[in-house]
Amino acid sequence: MIAHAIFFYVFSVIAVVSAIMVTVSKNTVHSVFFLILDFISISCLFIMIGAEFLGMIMLIVYVGAVAVLFLFVVMMLNVAQQKNQWFVSKDSSRHIPIGLLISVIIFFELIIVIGGWKYKPDLFNSAKSSLENGVSNTHSLGQVLYTDYIHVFQISGMILLIAMIGAIVLTFRQREGVKKQSYLKQISRERTEGVEVLEIASNKGVKIDD
Amino acid sequence: MIDIGLGHYLTLGAVIFSIGVIGIFLNRKNIIVILMSIELILLAVNINLVSFSIYLGDLSGQVFTLFILTVAAAEAAIGLAIIVVYFRNSGTIRVEEIDKLKG
Repeated sequence: MIAHAIFFYVFSVIAVVSAIMVTVSKNTVHSVFFLILDFISISCLFIMIGAEFLGMIMLIVYVGAVAVLFLFVVMMLNVAQQKNQWFVSKDSSRHIPIGLLISVIIFFELIIVIGGWKYKPDLFNSAKSSLENGVSNTHSLGQVLYTDYIHVFQISGMILLIAMIGAIVLTFRQREGVKKQSYLKQISRERTEGVEVLEIASNKGVKIDD
Repeated sequence: MIDIGLGHYLTLGAVIFSIGVIGIFLNRKNIIVILMSIELILLAVNINLVSFSIYLGDLSGQVFTLFILTVAAAEAAIGLAIIVVYFRNSGTIRVEEIDKLKG
Protein backbone atom coordinates (compact mmCIF):
# COMPACT_ATOMS: atom_id res chain seq x y z
CA MET A 1 0.00 0.00 0.00
CA ILE A 2 2.84 2.34 0.83
CA ALA A 3 4.57 1.46 -2.44
CA HIS A 4 1.35 2.24 -4.27
CA ALA A 5 1.17 5.63 -2.58
CA ILE A 6 4.80 6.44 -3.30
CA PHE A 7 4.45 5.52 -6.97
CA PHE A 8 1.21 7.48 -7.25
CA TYR A 9 2.76 10.62 -5.80
CA VAL A 10 5.91 10.33 -7.91
CA PHE A 11 4.01 9.87 -11.17
CA SER A 12 1.38 12.48 -10.41
CA VAL A 13 3.96 15.09 -9.39
CA ILE A 14 5.85 14.42 -12.63
CA ALA A 15 2.57 14.69 -14.57
CA VAL A 16 1.50 17.97 -12.97
CA VAL A 17 4.92 19.59 -13.26
CA SER A 18 5.29 18.61 -16.89
CA ALA A 19 1.74 19.83 -17.61
CA ILE A 20 2.73 23.21 -16.17
CA MET A 21 5.89 23.18 -18.23
CA VAL A 22 3.87 22.47 -21.39
CA THR A 23 2.01 25.72 -20.94
CA VAL A 24 4.81 28.00 -19.70
CA SER A 25 7.95 26.90 -21.51
CA LYS A 26 9.21 29.38 -24.07
CA ASN A 27 10.39 26.90 -26.65
CA THR A 28 7.63 25.01 -28.40
CA VAL A 29 9.83 21.95 -28.94
CA HIS A 30 10.34 21.77 -25.18
CA SER A 31 6.57 21.95 -24.75
CA VAL A 32 6.18 18.91 -26.99
CA PHE A 33 8.79 17.00 -25.01
CA PHE A 34 7.06 17.83 -21.73
CA LEU A 35 3.77 16.72 -23.29
CA ILE A 36 5.40 13.37 -24.07
CA LEU A 37 6.64 13.11 -20.47
CA ASP A 38 3.13 13.89 -19.25
CA PHE A 39 1.60 11.16 -21.39
CA ILE A 40 4.19 8.63 -20.25
CA SER A 41 3.63 9.30 -16.56
CA ILE A 42 -0.15 9.22 -16.93
CA SER A 43 0.03 5.92 -18.75
CA CYS A 44 2.23 4.60 -15.93
CA LEU A 45 -0.57 5.64 -13.57
CA PHE A 46 -3.09 3.79 -15.74
CA ILE A 47 -0.99 0.63 -15.68
CA MET A 48 -0.59 0.99 -11.92
CA ILE A 49 -4.32 1.38 -11.30
CA GLY A 50 -5.12 -1.74 -13.30
CA ALA A 51 -6.02 -0.53 -16.78
CA GLU A 52 -3.02 -2.03 -18.55
CA PHE A 53 -4.47 -2.06 -22.03
CA LEU A 54 -5.31 1.63 -21.96
CA GLY A 55 -1.91 2.52 -20.58
CA MET A 56 -0.17 0.70 -23.41
CA ILE A 57 -2.56 2.15 -26.00
CA MET A 58 -1.89 5.63 -24.63
CA LEU A 59 1.82 5.04 -25.03
CA ILE A 60 1.39 3.82 -28.60
CA VAL A 61 -1.17 6.35 -29.78
CA TYR A 62 -0.11 9.49 -27.94
CA VAL A 63 3.64 9.15 -27.61
CA GLY A 64 4.10 7.21 -30.80
CA ALA A 65 1.75 9.08 -33.09
CA VAL A 66 0.23 12.29 -31.78
CA ALA A 67 3.27 13.75 -30.03
CA VAL A 68 5.53 12.88 -32.94
CA LEU A 69 3.00 14.56 -35.24
CA PHE A 70 3.17 17.67 -33.05
CA LEU A 71 6.96 17.58 -33.12
CA PHE A 72 6.94 17.17 -36.87
CA VAL A 73 4.65 20.15 -37.39
CA VAL A 74 6.60 22.32 -34.94
CA MET A 75 9.82 21.61 -36.75
CA MET A 76 8.24 21.99 -40.19
CA LEU A 77 6.72 25.39 -39.45
CA ASN A 78 9.97 26.86 -38.12
CA VAL A 79 8.27 28.36 -35.10
CA ALA A 80 11.59 29.32 -33.53
CA GLN A 81 11.78 32.27 -35.88
CA GLN A 82 8.56 33.63 -34.51
CA LYS A 83 8.96 35.86 -31.51
CA ASN A 84 8.72 33.78 -28.40
CA GLN A 85 8.01 36.32 -25.75
CA TRP A 86 5.06 36.36 -23.48
CA PHE A 87 2.59 39.19 -23.02
CA VAL A 88 4.10 41.55 -25.54
CA SER A 89 1.46 44.23 -25.53
CA LYS A 90 -0.50 45.81 -22.74
CA ASP A 91 -3.58 44.78 -24.62
CA SER A 92 -2.96 41.07 -24.21
CA SER A 93 -2.23 41.15 -20.51
CA ARG A 94 -5.88 41.80 -19.80
CA HIS A 95 -6.55 38.14 -20.51
CA ILE A 96 -4.41 36.93 -17.64
CA PRO A 97 -6.58 37.68 -14.58
CA ILE A 98 -9.74 36.52 -16.36
CA GLY A 99 -8.09 33.30 -17.45
CA LEU A 100 -6.67 32.61 -14.01
CA LEU A 101 -10.04 33.35 -12.40
CA ILE A 102 -11.92 31.00 -14.71
CA SER A 103 -9.37 28.23 -14.24
CA VAL A 104 -9.44 28.55 -10.47
CA ILE A 105 -13.25 28.48 -10.50
CA ILE A 106 -13.22 25.32 -12.64
CA PHE A 107 -10.66 23.71 -10.33
CA PHE A 108 -12.66 24.40 -7.19
CA GLU A 109 -15.86 23.19 -8.80
CA LEU A 110 -14.16 19.91 -9.64
CA ILE A 111 -12.77 19.67 -6.10
CA ILE A 112 -16.25 20.26 -4.67
CA VAL A 113 -17.57 17.40 -6.84
CA ILE A 114 -14.84 15.11 -5.49
CA GLY A 115 -15.74 16.15 -1.97
CA GLY A 116 -19.30 15.11 -2.68
CA TRP A 117 -18.03 11.63 -3.56
CA LYS A 118 -16.10 11.53 -0.29
CA TYR A 119 -19.22 12.13 1.76
CA LYS A 120 -21.11 9.28 0.14
CA PRO A 121 -18.63 6.43 -0.05
CA ASP A 122 -21.20 3.64 -0.24
CA LEU A 123 -21.85 4.53 -3.87
CA PHE A 124 -18.74 2.65 -4.86
CA ASN A 125 -19.97 -0.70 -3.62
CA SER A 126 -23.09 -0.62 -5.72
CA ALA A 127 -21.84 -2.38 -8.81
CA LYS A 128 -18.99 -4.84 -8.55
CA SER A 129 -19.17 -6.73 -11.76
CA SER A 130 -16.74 -8.13 -14.23
CA LEU A 131 -13.37 -6.82 -13.19
CA GLU A 132 -12.10 -9.38 -10.69
CA ASN A 133 -12.78 -12.82 -11.96
CA GLY A 134 -9.38 -13.86 -13.19
CA VAL A 135 -9.75 -12.38 -16.66
CA SER A 136 -7.11 -9.95 -17.82
CA ASN A 137 -7.98 -6.35 -18.49
CA THR A 138 -7.34 -6.65 -22.23
CA HIS A 139 -9.48 -9.77 -22.51
CA SER A 140 -12.46 -8.30 -20.73
CA LEU A 141 -12.18 -5.02 -22.62
CA GLY A 142 -12.16 -6.90 -25.91
CA GLN A 143 -15.19 -8.91 -24.85
CA VAL A 144 -17.13 -5.73 -24.18
CA LEU A 145 -15.76 -3.73 -27.09
CA TYR A 146 -16.57 -6.18 -29.84
CA THR A 147 -20.05 -7.08 -28.61
CA ASP A 148 -21.86 -4.27 -26.86
CA TYR A 149 -19.99 -1.38 -28.40
CA ILE A 150 -19.42 -2.71 -31.90
CA HIS A 151 -21.33 0.07 -33.64
CA VAL A 152 -19.52 2.79 -31.72
CA PHE A 153 -16.27 1.04 -32.52
CA GLN A 154 -17.00 1.08 -36.23
CA ILE A 155 -18.09 4.72 -36.06
CA SER A 156 -14.77 5.60 -34.43
CA GLY A 157 -13.05 3.86 -37.32
CA MET A 158 -15.09 6.03 -39.69
CA ILE A 159 -13.99 9.11 -37.72
CA LEU A 160 -10.37 8.15 -38.19
CA LEU A 161 -10.92 7.60 -41.91
CA ILE A 162 -12.60 10.98 -42.29
CA ALA A 163 -9.83 12.67 -40.31
CA MET A 164 -7.24 11.09 -42.57
CA ILE A 165 -9.05 12.20 -45.72
CA GLY A 166 -9.58 15.67 -44.27
CA ALA A 167 -5.92 16.12 -43.36
CA ILE A 168 -4.82 15.00 -46.81
CA VAL A 169 -7.33 17.26 -48.58
CA LEU A 170 -6.39 20.25 -46.42
CA THR A 171 -2.66 20.04 -46.90
CA PHE A 172 -2.64 18.91 -50.53
CA ARG A 173 -1.45 21.49 -52.99
CA GLN A 174 -0.48 21.48 -56.63
CA ARG A 175 2.73 23.30 -57.33
CA GLU A 176 3.43 25.22 -60.49
CA GLY A 177 6.33 24.24 -62.66
CA VAL A 178 6.83 20.72 -61.38
CA LYS A 179 6.96 18.08 -64.10
CA LYS A 180 4.77 15.16 -63.24
CA GLN A 181 3.86 11.95 -64.97
CA SER A 182 0.18 11.78 -65.86
CA TYR A 183 -0.94 8.25 -66.50
CA LEU A 184 -4.28 9.28 -67.90
CA LYS A 185 -2.66 11.47 -70.50
CA GLN A 186 -0.22 8.74 -71.44
CA ILE A 187 -2.83 6.06 -71.78
CA SER A 188 -5.35 8.17 -73.68
CA ARG A 189 -2.86 9.16 -76.34
CA GLU A 190 -3.92 7.95 -79.78
CA ARG A 191 -2.39 7.50 -83.18
CA THR A 192 -4.16 10.48 -84.69
CA GLU A 193 -2.58 12.87 -82.19
CA GLY A 194 0.85 11.39 -82.27
CA VAL A 195 1.46 10.90 -85.98
CA GLU A 196 0.74 13.33 -88.72
CA VAL A 197 0.76 12.44 -92.41
CA LEU A 198 1.81 15.28 -94.62
CA GLU A 199 1.64 15.78 -98.33
CA ILE A 200 4.97 17.20 -99.32
CA ALA A 201 5.47 18.93 -102.55
CA SER A 202 8.69 18.04 -104.28
CA ASN A 203 11.72 20.27 -103.93
CA LYS A 204 10.18 22.26 -101.09
CA GLY A 205 11.15 20.79 -97.73
CA VAL A 206 9.14 20.73 -94.50
CA LYS A 207 8.91 23.23 -91.69
CA ILE A 208 8.99 21.41 -88.40
CA ASP A 209 7.13 22.76 -85.38
CA ASP A 210 5.42 25.73 -86.83
CA MET B 1 -2.55 10.49 2.61
CA ILE B 2 -1.18 6.97 2.39
CA ASP B 3 -4.40 5.32 1.35
CA ILE B 4 -4.69 6.16 -2.34
CA GLY B 5 -8.33 6.22 -3.32
CA LEU B 6 -10.57 7.55 -6.01
CA GLY B 7 -10.30 11.09 -4.68
CA HIS B 8 -6.58 11.28 -5.35
CA TYR B 9 -7.00 10.34 -8.99
CA LEU B 10 -9.90 12.73 -9.44
CA THR B 11 -7.85 15.52 -7.88
CA LEU B 12 -5.02 14.78 -10.28
CA GLY B 13 -7.50 14.95 -13.15
CA ALA B 14 -8.88 18.26 -11.88
CA VAL B 15 -5.39 19.75 -11.56
CA ILE B 16 -4.39 18.74 -15.07
CA PHE B 17 -7.72 19.96 -16.48
CA SER B 18 -7.24 23.37 -14.85
CA ILE B 19 -3.67 23.59 -16.15
CA GLY B 20 -5.00 22.90 -19.63
CA VAL B 21 -7.61 25.66 -19.29
CA ILE B 22 -4.94 28.07 -18.02
CA GLY B 23 -2.79 27.14 -20.99
CA ILE B 24 -5.58 27.98 -23.41
CA PHE B 25 -6.30 31.32 -21.77
CA LEU B 26 -2.80 32.57 -21.12
CA ASN B 27 -1.13 31.44 -24.30
CA ARG B 28 0.29 34.24 -26.40
CA LYS B 29 2.80 32.29 -28.42
CA ASN B 30 1.36 30.05 -31.08
CA ILE B 31 -1.63 27.89 -31.74
CA ILE B 32 0.26 24.63 -31.42
CA VAL B 33 0.55 25.15 -27.66
CA ILE B 34 -3.22 25.69 -27.54
CA LEU B 35 -3.69 22.34 -29.29
CA MET B 36 -1.38 20.75 -26.73
CA SER B 37 -3.48 22.26 -23.94
CA ILE B 38 -6.55 20.67 -25.48
CA GLU B 39 -4.71 17.35 -25.43
CA LEU B 40 -4.02 17.92 -21.72
CA ILE B 41 -7.71 18.53 -21.09
CA LEU B 42 -8.65 15.31 -22.90
CA LEU B 43 -6.00 13.50 -20.87
CA ALA B 44 -7.57 14.75 -17.64
CA VAL B 45 -10.96 13.50 -18.80
CA ASN B 46 -9.36 10.14 -19.54
CA ILE B 47 -7.92 9.99 -16.03
CA ASN B 48 -11.37 10.61 -14.58
CA LEU B 49 -13.03 7.99 -16.76
CA VAL B 50 -10.42 5.32 -16.07
CA SER B 51 -10.36 5.86 -12.31
CA PHE B 52 -14.16 5.79 -12.08
CA SER B 53 -14.18 2.67 -14.23
CA ILE B 54 -11.69 0.89 -11.98
CA TYR B 55 -13.31 1.92 -8.71
CA LEU B 56 -16.86 1.20 -9.83
CA GLY B 57 -15.89 -2.08 -11.43
CA ASP B 58 -17.56 -1.15 -14.68
CA LEU B 59 -15.75 -1.46 -17.97
CA SER B 60 -17.69 1.16 -19.95
CA GLY B 61 -15.43 3.93 -18.72
CA GLN B 62 -12.40 2.32 -20.27
CA VAL B 63 -14.28 1.69 -23.52
CA PHE B 64 -15.21 5.35 -23.72
CA THR B 65 -11.62 6.29 -22.93
CA LEU B 66 -10.65 4.35 -26.06
CA PHE B 67 -13.13 6.36 -28.11
CA ILE B 68 -11.89 9.62 -26.61
CA LEU B 69 -8.39 8.57 -27.60
CA THR B 70 -9.62 8.03 -31.17
CA VAL B 71 -11.35 11.39 -31.33
CA ALA B 72 -8.32 13.14 -29.81
CA ALA B 73 -6.05 11.64 -32.43
CA ALA B 74 -8.41 12.72 -35.23
CA GLU B 75 -8.71 16.20 -33.74
CA ALA B 76 -4.93 16.59 -33.47
CA ALA B 77 -4.46 15.52 -37.09
CA ILE B 78 -7.13 17.89 -38.45
CA GLY B 79 -6.02 20.78 -36.23
CA LEU B 80 -2.40 20.45 -37.24
CA ALA B 81 -3.40 20.27 -40.90
CA ILE B 82 -5.39 23.49 -40.51
CA ILE B 83 -2.41 25.14 -38.80
CA VAL B 84 -0.08 24.06 -41.61
CA VAL B 85 -2.44 25.49 -44.24
CA TYR B 86 -2.81 28.74 -42.29
CA PHE B 87 0.93 29.10 -41.89
CA ARG B 88 1.39 28.52 -45.60
CA ASN B 89 -1.12 31.24 -46.45
CA SER B 90 -0.28 33.93 -43.92
CA GLY B 91 3.20 33.14 -42.64
CA THR B 92 2.42 33.33 -38.95
CA ILE B 93 0.74 31.26 -36.28
CA ARG B 94 1.05 33.68 -33.40
CA VAL B 95 -2.21 33.98 -31.54
CA GLU B 96 -2.28 37.77 -31.56
CA GLU B 97 -1.76 38.10 -35.27
CA ILE B 98 -4.55 35.76 -36.23
CA ASP B 99 -7.31 38.34 -36.45
CA LYS B 100 -8.72 37.91 -39.92
CA LEU B 101 -12.21 37.43 -38.52
CA LYS B 102 -11.95 40.63 -36.44
CA GLY B 103 -13.10 38.81 -33.32
